[in-house]
Amino acid sequence: MVVHPVSSAKETASSRATGTARVKRGLAEMLRGGVIMDVVNAEQAKIAEDAGAVAVMALERVPADIRRDGGVARMSDPELVEGIQNAVTIPVMAKARIGHFAEAQVLEALRVDYIDESEVLTPADEAYHIDKWGFQIPFVCGATNLGEALRRISEGAALIRSKGEAGTGNVVEAVRHLRSITGDIRKLTTADPAERYGWAKMLQAPIDLVEEVATEGRLPVPLFCAGGLATPADAALVMQLGAEAVFVGSGIFKSSDPGRRARAIVEATAHFDDAALVAKVSRGLGVAMAGSEIGTLEVKMAERGW
Amino acid sequence: MVSSRDAARPGLSPKVGVLALQGDVGEHLSVLAQLGASAVPVRRPSDLEGVQGLVLPGGESTAISLLLASSDLLPGLEKLVADGMPMLGTCAGMIILSRQILDGRPDQVSLGAIDLVVRRNAFGRQLESFEMELPVVGIDGGPMHAVFIRAPIVESTGPGVEVLASVPLDRDAGAPAHPVVCRQGAVIVAAFHPELSGDGRLHQMLLAEIEAEGG
Repeated sequence: MVVHPVSSAKETASSRATGTARVKRGLAEMLRGGVIMDVVNAEQAKIAEDAGAVAVMALERVPADIRRDGGVARMSDPELVEGIQNAVTIPVMAKARIGHFAEAQVLEALRVDYIDESEVLTPADEAYHIDKWGFQIPFVCGATNLGEALRRISEGAALIRSKGEAGTGNVVEAVRHLRSITGDIRKLTTADPAERYGWAKMLQAPIDLVEEVATEGRLPVPLFCAGGLATPADAALVMQLGAEAVFVGSGIFKSSDPGRRARAIVEATAHFDDAALVAKVSRGLGVAMAGSEIGTLEVKMAERGW
Repeated sequence: MVSSRDAARPGLSPKVGVLALQGDVGEHLSVLAQLGASAVPVRRPSDLEGVQGLVLPGGESTAISLLLASSDLLPGLEKLVADGMPMLGTCAGMIILSRQILDGRPDQVSLGAIDLVVRRNAFGRQLESFEMELPVVGIDGGPMHAVFIRAPIVESTGPGVEVLASVPLDRDAGAPAHPVVCRQGAVIVAAFHPELSGDGRLHQMLLAEIEAEGG
């Protein structure tokens, strides 16, 4: 065996570029086909990693509890974030409030792997999202339609997720957002080039991004699904609708057997087109989170952000 | 119409599997397709039939490892490793192909296709992820554009292993370098993601190995 390092590098390391768009989007590419799980402490993070999560999302309270308890929801305590970082080897994401660039600066200082500028927390700015180009750390943002997705990308988001309606255990909103985004992408690819200017106006999105989507037939960054997923079949559904990975929030730790359910959702996400396998992993998972009808909600988190 | 026997002949669109349990599978499939290979995703044991080479993509190695165990793919993969099938692993793929993994999970799968000891996330967290121009031995046409994402590094190499490229672990000029591209026989591994920059030259090296095996 040769134990390395054995010699000095000929090239210097100064030619390394960090925090580039490719490096930021690159981590999102690596999460594809996987499940990112909301966790509020180190113990839950460990359960998530053991179940095969590709990343965990650190937050103070899962969305279902934010709905139940009310009040202002903020970035999580740095001590909790660090506890989670120390507990697992997979990437750790954390949420900052919409427009709250100082929370984002704190999360960057904590060296989290991804920041979610999230409508699940109480927005801090009613006009502007964070200027994400100014950060070395990559951002994920929620979107309900293609225009919103492209506006977030123009602000520097390296990953887009549907907003869905977090904390409801109800997948209907995530499906609506996903169908809206992928449906408009399909229409845009067949539009006459002259019509793209009309699309840009209608979507309220920069023309260069509209052109890119029209030519490539996909967003310039990966598209994941979030908001209301609670079962393995929910994951299989949104993956078949074009999501490239899934976020699961309250759905896991508000169920009766989080470890088993988490593992089953991981399997169903990886094998989303294998119904026999989804059936197999869905057996005997215990009680899923109760969930709510969208019409009964006092707060619609998906309406936050613009 | 190409018969299945013709398809198995070298030079005629070799069939290359890409392990498709999790990770950036699509990028590998498209790089391979651009090089004229017939690239297929591998999710279940039957997907391995007729495959002449295998790519293990980037992704989260712990998640891929768990999915490998539950997918019944492991025995098939172990047999292909024993048969000396040409393989390319990038990042998580390199970790899984190695003999020993440091800073991994105790139950993590290592196929031992290449005699390496690797360390996961050796550069640190995402803030330390980077891209650079990297000269690689045996790769013509200038340096590769190498994208390192929470990348692993090689801590030690066995006697049969060729080191094709190295980088220092930290950014200080003149810091000691660790291997990041290695090969042993028909198995090629890289700690970075050539598929993210669309650089197909390591995939071409894999296809050359497949052709050599067939010839």
